[in-house]
Amino acid sequence: MMSFINYLISGISLGSIYAIIALGYTMVYGIAKMLNFAHGDVIMVGAFTVYTVSSTLGMNPVIGVILSVIVCTVLGMLIERVAYKPLRGATSPLAVLITAIGVSYLLQNLALLIFGANSKSFASVITWKGLSLADGRLKISGVTIVTIAACIVIMVALTTFINHSKAGQAMLAVSEDKGAAQLMGINVNGTIALTFAIGSGLAAIAGVLLCSAYPTLSPYTGAMPGIKAFVAAVFGGIGSIPGAMIGGILLGIIEILSKAYISQQLSDAIVFAVLIVVLLVKPTGILGRNIQEKV
Amino acid sequence: MSGKKFDFKKLLKGDFSTYLMVIVFYIILQTMSVSGGLSSLFKGMLVPLCIYSIMALSLNLTVGIMGELSLGHAGFMCVGAFAGATFSQLTRDAISVDLLRFILAILVGAAAAALFGFIIGIPVLRLKGDYLAIVTLAFGEIIKNVINVIYLGVDDNGLHLSIKDEAALNLSENGRVIIKGAQGITGTPKNSTFTIGIVLLLITLVIVLNLVHSRSGRAIMAIRDNRIAAESIGINVTKYKMMAFVISASLAGVAGVLYSHNLSSLLAQPKNFGYNMSIMILVYVVLGGIGNMRGSIIAAMLLTALPELLRGFSDYRMLVYAIVLILMMLFNWAPACLEFRERYSLKRMFAGKKAKEAQ
Amino acid sequence: MKMFKKVLSLALAGAMVLSLAACGGKDSGSSDGGDAAETFKIGSIGPATGAYAIYGLGVKNGAQIAVDEINEAGGINGYKVEFKFEDDEVDNEKSVNAYNTLKDWGMQILAGTVTSGCCTAVGAETANDNMFQITPSGSSTDSIDGRDNVFQVCFTDPNQGIASAQYIGEHGLASKVAAIYDSSDVYSSGIYAKFKEEAKNQPFEIVAEGSFTGDNKTDFSVPLQQAKDAGAELVFLPIYYQEAALILAQADSMGYDPTFFGCDGMDGILGVENFDTSLAEGLMLLTPFAADAEDEMTQKFVETYKKNNNDETPNQFAADAYDAIYAIKAAIEEADVKPSDSVSDICDAMKAAMVKINVKGLTSDEGGMTWSETGEVSKAPKAVVIQDGKYVSAQ
Repeated sequence: MMSFINYLISGISLGSIYAIIALGYTMVYGIAKMLNFAHGDVIMVGAFTVYTVSSTLGMNPVIGVILSVIVCTVLGMLIERVAYKPLRGATSPLAVLITAIGVSYLLQNLALLIFGANSKSFASVITWKGLSLADGRLKISGVTIVTIAACIVIMVALTTFINHSKAGQAMLAVSEDKGAAQLMGINVNGTIALTFAIGSGLAAIAGVLLCSAYPTLSPYTGAMPGIKAFVAAVFGGIGSIPGAMIGGILLGIIEILSKAYISQQLSDAIVFAVLIVVLLVKPTGILGRNIQEKV
Repeated sequence: MSGKKFDFKKLLKGDFSTYLMVIVFYIILQTMSVSGGLSSLFKGMLVPLCIYSIMALSLNLTVGIMGELSLGHAGFMCVGAFAGATFSQLTRDAISVDLLRFILAILVGAAAAALFGFIIGIPVLRLKGDYLAIVTLAFGEIIKNVINVIYLGVDDNGLHLSIKDEAALNLSENGRVIIKGAQGITGTPKNSTFTIGIVLLLITLVIVLNLVHSRSGRAIMAIRDNRIAAESIGINVTKYKMMAFVISASLAGVAGVLYSHNLSSLLAQPKNFGYNMSIMILVYVVLGGIGNMRGSIIAAMLLTALPELLRGFSDYRMLVYAIVLILMMLFNWAPACLEFRERYSLKRMFAGKKAKEAQ
Repeated sequence: MKMFKKVLSLALAGAMVLSLAACGGKDSGSSDGGDAAETFKIGSIGPATGAYAIYGLGVKNGAQIAVDEINEAGGINGYKVEFKFEDDEVDNEKSVNAYNTLKDWGMQILAGTVTSGCCTAVGAETANDNMFQITPSGSSTDSIDGRDNVFQVCFTDPNQGIASAQYIGEHGLASKVAAIYDSSDVYSSGIYAKFKEEAKNQPFEIVAEGSFTGDNKTDFSVPLQQAKDAGAELVFLPIYYQEAALILAQADSMGYDPTFFGCDGMDGILGVENFDTSLAEGLMLLTPFAADAEDEMTQKFVETYKKNNNDETPNQFAADAYDAIYAIKAAIEEADVKPSDSVSDICDAMKAAMVKINVKGLTSDEGGMTWSETGEVSKAPKAVVIQDGKYVSAQ
């Protein structure tokens, strides 16, 4: 029983990291209707920024985190402006997807050239040891608690921002109907740029938490969690912010429990199989809206 | 321009030029290869060029003609590769004619991939758009993940299968292990040649282009353009979609067999059969033009050769590749860029001149 | 616009044909060119980009040091050595492409490939061309099986698995053992399979078996928890050090402190930038090379390596590559071949010479290493333990 609770906690811990990454994916998807494959690599850039500031330059990690949010926000807007915006209105939505893959390769290989292939040990930004319950048989690490808290705070803040601010309402309008939003006087390009800025800022935070929980850092750190988080976003219903959170945490729990009780080698296959089953029962994810096709 | 008949002719002419392009490509390279004018690198790359062209064509069938995004195409290639290689290993002693065994292996690989395509198609084709895409990605990853735990051995009592380890196969003394889990299949005979690759590429082209021009192909495209309208005129949506998907999967299986018989060590890794590869093939399709078969072949060949041509850049190789990819996408797809190209296109200048002459 | 596209594609296709014609031209030029007869051209292949770049770059830099030293000392039999490294991204197909690129360059001897899977694929090509090949780190038996032209510098996976099990058993390190291995990796699963087999003959029991895949290697809480619950006193980690560093950190955060035991892939763990070496305290590993060994040869090598490569500490891959180049040197000297001989003649002579030579290198003990006809190297794995952030011989 105790080990089950331990597994559950590991699952939630892993899941809340997926959730934060998935939030960035889902926001960008909801508004720009594109899968930003480079999102995982923005996470890596965020983590490397913190690493450089706090471990190489020896400054306070908090400065590192702030700086990393700024770097990623600027990077996100830059990528959007240079690589994605010119393709808005292209005849196929796939064009921008492929360009995003190009950006992903670009970021990975830039990092490889700058930081080298050697993976680095990331000194956790969170030094708090965490809670120890039931005579030490149950341990919840500080990173886990901070990650879950951060996840909830971000989700609430984002929901409030979207529902109660002018810019947030503009985002909703753009995600609903770009053309109509433009006619209503909303700056569509500005809104999309803002979305990328927020999404990439979140990626920086996700990067810090990811590397604090799993203290290793290489140019390829972001790639696989990025894909997993994308799956989580679809799982929860892509475009839905609470959906991303639920999807992420569920994915983490399923992954850990299937590793613990079914098979460690096949855990990825099991996670994907569960995703397929969910999508068959609810074709737009757990919290996704079903849009009726009109003739 | 004027009249339907002309368009049709143009279409056929387009097809013919695609075949011609492949054949000319073959003749030039084969001549160079025989006369020794070809570097070892390019000699080695001839078969991969065919493999990825076939992959691009088969994915273009799903993406361009059927209009659905598939991110798990490498999974079918993986199934074909392992099925074909297993067949060749099993019949290594029974069938001594290499070519015959290889042709059978190709058929086995294609059939296995088609079967998987059918099984996966049942749930996948019920979904739409990005959800369909993510489910194909999921299936691709599942296939790779499962193949990595499969152990298959053969002895006098027949085949033994296990998902645990080699020892669990309980092979008798003269048995041998064919698939060794993550260590894959080693020692597959190297039967793939450039000529066979080109023949398979041409066969793929014939299948795909004929399908496109057939009644079924038109039905598939009608579904792509407007599913509800197609359904209302009595087109069986599920049947035609499944048809396109299964054909696409089996062609990927053929590419897989070609792949597995080109290298003596076959592993199911993220690099060759993971979602990265599926996406890479999608890149060929999108860059070559969605629905444009000739474009797919050209893009597949160029992008397969590009990283090798960039070896001179050494450390900057993949960086340059990424930049070239982004620039090519912008050049080919950005509306602003297309407008610019339209304005300064040769054809327009040419047409303008003609019009003037006519006056 | 269509026309434009057509012109563009034609131009690109033309450029491609031209470039390959150019390659072809270069090829025929170098095979009868003058400089080819003056130098030995040694090539190597491994990952220089991608997630495994660290191993390939280690080999590249380690081999380069040996080549520089040899050239400074006057070359092999008076002939200088040229070295070239090509990237394969741990992809079999790219590896064969890299091999062909090196052939175009005029390579006569291959000191590669770095990884086992690629080594098997490229080995089929070298066997076909009859080119001499020595792999620094391709440790799978498939790499050398049935190919008399391929030799190894590292010990084979089965050897490591068996040696590890015997070491643990003979020294009574534990009675309950857990293992965590990478089931998607040839190296790791190869070692573990033999370890498990040999464990049956040893006085300990495998109580928990954990695994992960290359796509899913960040969270190790499950295998660690299972090992802890089963009461394992020792955790066997036949994996590379990056994942091992993560496992150590996660075990520490869950308050689990068994003895960890690794193989040669574990070497390098102390060199991970920013790694808290106190986590690795008491870690044992079987490795042929320790970067802080006291002997003069190692110290000189480590110093040069650091100087050339931004102060990075060399790992065992670099050391194996260094030894591979010296093994080539010894074999050439023994066989007395010249650069002007054909690739196949060089190979045949060196094959015969390999079984006669004895090379004392970074990864061998005092007695040096010798090779069998099958290509396997004889050297005894050394067990070291980490104490106070340093390797100490464990006896």
